[in-house]
Amino acid sequence: MKTTLRTRIKSVTVAVMAAGLLAGCATSGNPKDPIEGFNRAMFAFNEGLDSAIVKPVATGYEAVLPSPIRTGVTNFFSNIEDVFIGVNNLLQGKVPEAFSDLGRVVINTTIGLLGVLDMASDAGLEKHDEDFGQTFGRWGVGNGAYVVIPVFGPRTARDTVGLILDSAVDPVGDHKPKGTRNAALVLRVVNKRANLLAADKVVEEAALDKYSYMRDAYLQRRRNLIHDGNPPRDLEASADEATDRPLSAEAETPEPRAELAPVAPVLLANTESAATK
Amino acid sequence: MKSLFAFFSGLLIATTAMAQEVAPDLMVKTVTNEVLEIVRKDKDIQSGNTKKAIDLVEAKVLLHFNFTRMTQLAMARDWRQASAAQQKILTDEFHALLVRTYAKALTEYKNQTIDFKPFTLKAGETDVRVRTEIKQAGAGKNIELDYYLEKSGAAWKVYDIEVGGISIVTNYRDSFASEVRNSGIDGLIKSLQTKNKSGEATSVKK
Repeated sequence: MKTTLRTRIKSVTVAVMAAGLLAGCATSGNPKDPIEGFNRAMFAFNEGLDSAIVKPVATGYEAVLPSPIRTGVTNFFSNIEDVFIGVNNLLQGKVPEAFSDLGRVVINTTIGLLGVLDMASDAGLEKHDEDFGQTFGRWGVGNGAYVVIPVFGPRTARDTVGLILDSAVDPVGDHKPKGTRNAALVLRVVNKRANLLAADKVVEEAALDKYSYMRDAYLQRRRNLIHDGNPPRDLEASADEATDRPLSAEAETPEPRAELAPVAPVLLANTESAATK
Repeated sequence: MKSLFAFFSGLLIATTAMAQEVAPDLMVKTVTNEVLEIVRKDKDIQSGNTKKAIDLVEAKVLLHFNFTRMTQLAMARDWRQASAAQQKILTDEFHALLVRTYAKALTEYKNQTIDFKPFTLKAGETDVRVRTEIKQAGAGKNIELDYYLEKSGAAWKVYDIEVGGISIVTNYRDSFASEVRNSGIDGLIKSLQTKNKSGEATSVKK
C-alpha cells in the first residue's frame, strides 16, 4: 500500500518536474503564462497523443456502448470522486456541502447499485465539484504560473500540487489486483474523454488559436470553481469600465495601460506567493 | 420558403419586443424554450446540419444580442485603436464566428433540459445576470449557463454568455490581443475572416 502510493506520487511528480525543468528556459510576455513556449510544445504533444490514441479509442467507445451504459460508467467513477469532494468541502469549511456529499455516497452506493445510478441527484442532493487545487485556492493560495503537464494537460502551479494530492488519495489507483486497477484507470480516462467529444467539436469551431483558447478557458473555469460559481466580477469589470465605457462617451484621451494596470500586479503577486509555498 | 418563414417569425418577435417591455429572465426563458422545441423536432439539426442550425439562430436569437458590445468586450483596449470601418468589420466577423459556434453547440444537443434559476429584477437595474443550468439526463453534473444582459432602450440585450464560468466573449481577449500586437487590427480581421471561411466550408459540406 505504502509503496504503490509512493510510486504513484512519484510518477505524477516526475511528469511535473520534467515540465518544470524544461520550462526553466522559456519565457513569454504574458504574465499569466510566463512559460508559454514550453507550454505550447507540451500542448502540441498532448494534442498529438490525443488524436493518435485517446480520441480514436473514445470515439469507438462512444459508438459501441449505448448511452445508458456510458452514463452508468460516468456515475460509477463520479461516486468514488464524491468521497473526496466531501473531504475537500470539509477542508474548505463548507460543512453542509460535505454532509450532502456524504449523503450522495451513501445513497448512490446502496440504492444506486455501487454508484451506477445517480439516485442522489434525483433526490435533490446536488453534485459538487471540488479538488485539492480548489481547496488551496480557497485558502488563499494564488494560481501561480500556468503550466501544461505532459499527459495530464493544463494546470496552474497551485493545481499541480493539488493534482499530486488528488492522485495520492485516488482509490482507483490504489485498487488491487493490478489488472483490475489498470483496466479501471483506462476505462475512466476513455469514458471521460468520450464525454468531451461534443465539447471538442464546439471548441474547434470557436477557437482562433486553440492553445490560448484552452488556456483561458481553463483559467476562467478554475476561478469560477474556486468561487463556487460566483467569482467576483470586479477584476474584469473594472478593466471593462476603464477600457470600454469611454467609447460610448466618444473618444476620450486614451489610457494605454488602463487594462493591464489593475490586473498585472495581482497576477504577479499570486505567482510569487505560490512559488514560496 | 424557409427564409420567408424566418423573416416573419423574426418580425413577430421584433413587434412583440417593441410592444411591451419583457423582463430579461422571461426573455431568456421564452427564447430558450422556443429554440429547443424546434431543435427537438428537427432531425437535420440533430444529425449535425450546422447550416440549418445557423438559420434557426439567426431567426430566433440574434435580435436579442448586442454584438457590438460583445466585440468591444473581447477586444478590450484594442477596440479604440480600430477605425469605425474596422470596428464594423470586426463586429460582423465576430458575430459570424459566435453564431457558428452557437449553432454547432445546438447540433450537439441531446436530451438535456434547462433549469431556470430564480431571478428578481431590482428597480432601476440595467445590467443583470440570468442564470440557467443544463441538466444531463441520468448523470449528476449540471453545467451552468449564465446570460449577462444590459438594458438598451426598452429592450434587454445579451452581451455575454458564460458556460460553466467560461465567458464565450472574454475568452477571446488574449488571442485577440496577441493577434493585434503581432499583426495589427487588420491582422486580427484577416485571421477572423480566414477562420470564418474555413468554418463555412465545413458547415456547407455537412
